[in-house]
Amino acid sequence: MTGPLDATDRRIIRATQAGLPLVAQPYHDVARQLDLDADDVMLRMRRMQAAGIIRRIAAVPNHYAIGYTANGMSVWDVDDGEIARLGPLVGALDCVSHCYRRPRHLPLWPYNLFAMVHGRDRDEVAAGVARIAACLGPHARAHDVLFSRRILKKTGLRLAGG
Amino acid sequence: MMDALDRRIVTLLQDGVPICDRPWQEAATTLGIDEAELLARLQRLLAAGRLSRVGPMYHAERMGGGLTLCAMAVPEARFDEVAGLVNAHVEVAHNYARAHALNMWFVLATEAPADVARVLAAITAETGLAVHDMPKLDEYFIGLRFAA
Repeated sequence: MTGPLDATDRRIIRATQAGLPLVAQPYHDVARQLDLDADDVMLRMRRMQAAGIIRRIAAVPNHYAIGYTANGMSVWDVDDGEIARLGPLVGALDCVSHCYRRPRHLPLWPYNLFAMVHGRDRDEVAAGVARIAACLGPHARAHDVLFSRRILKKTGLRLAGG
Repeated sequence: MMDALDRRIVTLLQDGVPICDRPWQEAATTLGIDEAELLARLQRLLAAGRLSRVGPMYHAERMGGGLTLCAMAVPEARFDEVAGLVNAHVEVAHNYARAHALNMWFVLATEAPADVARVLAAITAETGLAVHDMPKLDEYFIGLRFAA
């Protein structure tokens, strides 16, 4: 691996990527597993968080299981000249969890803006999509909403091996 | 079933806990429960599948790795077989069936950027199907919190 991580950081990542031990002092647990000092583990993880390598230490809900059963990947064909201005407005909508610019695959796939909209039902998703449409106005030539039918896999990032 | 306290836990814990000796303590205080009860609740929510995991959310690209979204048009009759072939790759972080001609969408996260092409080629070879690579070009991400 390139970048700012050394071998010890990678061992910490491997030991924690599936989750922290749910004990009062999880970093002490991780440190014991890896034969490291707990303060060193915490120092390294804080450094990774400061560098944006760790977004946050948090609970990741299975959104289906907590009632958000409608999850629509809305995709938009947005003017290339406007997307850098409009993308952040779409990303800031509270119904949007992820918002990315991606390449078109013409002619099969004309869409360059992806905005994931979650809701408790399809009506809630449709309301979110309408808000995005209002945000983009005439700069979106076409759009579609791909509803998820089921989760086939959800493990989060894993480093191979180790 | 989740009760009101479970819902408050799921909502609050999405915002993150500090990296410190007792990372759950502050959240427990906010919730008005003790640390042990919070941990027991988190264990139950994980076991029940309400939570996928509790821990660091790693950012693949900042780790120097590769990350991309891929889409495939999979014939219905082969759907489960192809899902098995795709999911067998440890680099596939998540995979969703979606209602569209492109009906399988998965995220690849690899240790090195160059590994993306290798995994894509392997999946193409194993399935005999085209894999459409849609890497992120820009991120307009704020981050929704689910009110549980």
